[in-house]
Amino acid sequence: MEMFNFLPPELIRMIIFVALLIGLVFLNALVMVYLERKIAGHIQRRLGPMEVGPHGIFQTLIDGIKLIGKQLIIPRDVNRPLFRLAPLLAFTPVVLPFVVIPFSQKIQARDLNLGLVFIIAMSAINVLAIFVAGWSSNNKYSLFGAMRSVAQNIAFEIPILLSVLSVVLMTNTFSMQGIVTAQSNIWFIIVQPVAFLIYFIACIAETNRAPFDLPEAESELTAGFHTEYSGMGFGLFFLGEYGNMFVVCSIATVLFLGGWHGFTLPFNDYGAIIWFMFKVYFLLFLMIQIRWTYPRVRFDQLMNLAWKYLIPISLVNVLITAVIVKL
Amino acid sequence: MIIYRYIAEGLFIGFIMLVMSGSILAVRSRILMHAVLGLAVSFLGVAGLYFFLGSMFLTLMQILIYVGAICVVLVFGIMVGKTPKEIDEKQLRGKHSILAVSLSTVIFFMLSASVFFAKWNPVTEKIGDFSMAYLGKNMLYHYCLAFELISVILLAAIIGAIILARGGREADLG
Repeated sequence: MEMFNFLPPELIRMIIFVALLIGLVFLNALVMVYLERKIAGHIQRRLGPMEVGPHGIFQTLIDGIKLIGKQLIIPRDVNRPLFRLAPLLAFTPVVLPFVVIPFSQKIQARDLNLGLVFIIAMSAINVLAIFVAGWSSNNKYSLFGAMRSVAQNIAFEIPILLSVLSVVLMTNTFSMQGIVTAQSNIWFIIVQPVAFLIYFIACIAETNRAPFDLPEAESELTAGFHTEYSGMGFGLFFLGEYGNMFVVCSIATVLFLGGWHGFTLPFNDYGAIIWFMFKVYFLLFLMIQIRWTYPRVRFDQLMNLAWKYLIPISLVNVLITAVIVKL
Repeated sequence: MIIYRYIAEGLFIGFIMLVMSGSILAVRSRILMHAVLGLAVSFLGVAGLYFFLGSMFLTLMQILIYVGAICVVLVFGIMVGKTPKEIDEKQLRGKHSILAVSLSTVIFFMLSASVFFAKWNPVTEKIGDFSMAYLGKNMLYHYCLAFELISVILLAAIIGAIILARGGREADLG
């Protein structure tokens, strides 16, 4: 170990964590795609993927390898540097929030004082990436998809922030670990059910999922902002999207479902990760189910939902919370 | 730990490079979209400098507001409005380029002179508290009037924007 002396342990810990977290993003995408296809199949009275491995569990792995092997086609009239940059720009801000997610009491890469603000700031970069992708593709479908996506993201960011704010008012901290600790007696979903509902609805819109998947509405826009992308360019957008779903669901878990709290497990400091993962995947399951249950909304309905219902309700919710906290 | 110092210096130089290259791109690019993204890169670099100065809150606000809001609005404007894809070479040159170059050189030397000749006292302890709790308390107690005035200005801006947008829609219908 002589040769590693110049590396401080904190740095090694950080590098290992980042490597593990990137692994988690990839693994999560594999699992989620499989779950999505399987659940969709069963909802539609089919079996879903069955061929590769028992019950098709290796299907997404094979698909992923196929995706990596595919040629990266760059159309002639695109803006080359931005076209190449956009997938990276979409993927990086999705990995960064994982740094502050508290998987259990001890498993967390870094407990920032402003963890929650950090995650919200990173999602701001994501919007820019979608824009860059849509514009540089030089394709009207991509452009429309990007414009819809950004209008949607701007509108739904406000209810998200307000519902997060009503929890922060109660805990007095932005630290993810601090918010989890504050819920050792009672989960905030019981105290703040309205905020949870608003957050969850707005998050489905924020992650561009059906019934709010207008930015990539297949029947109108072929695939929205990533129409022109092939191979791993598309793959990175895809990974980013599923990573984003994981991030928003884990924020919901931390804010409202008590994070890693649950019945005490063996090695609870580390073992509580099972509780955390269980809650996150339960929310992800709900998201998948919603996608395959409800039809897509129209754009004006979407905007009305955000500006006329969610924002006023969440404002009133914040007001009531503030009054009660101060009483 | 010596390696932390190397990492910190490397990051500092990296942030400076981001600011410089971003702003050059923002000013010199012929494609409007590149200019806006250059601005975004430059903002990210400034955010990094805030981080280097030890204020996580300012860093995140810089990213959230400047990159996430202002740049997105600029890009939105470019995409929705009728803007030329490329700017003429002529318009980039401008009439008073010599004046501008000389003026900015003078300002650069004045600023760097003041930096070099200033007496920097080594800080032995952290001056003041810049945590969010402190900022929030000061904003709402000490600078309450300014805070409220800014909110009124923002409210006026929002109402103005709504009225402008309404006028546009009615004109289209009529």
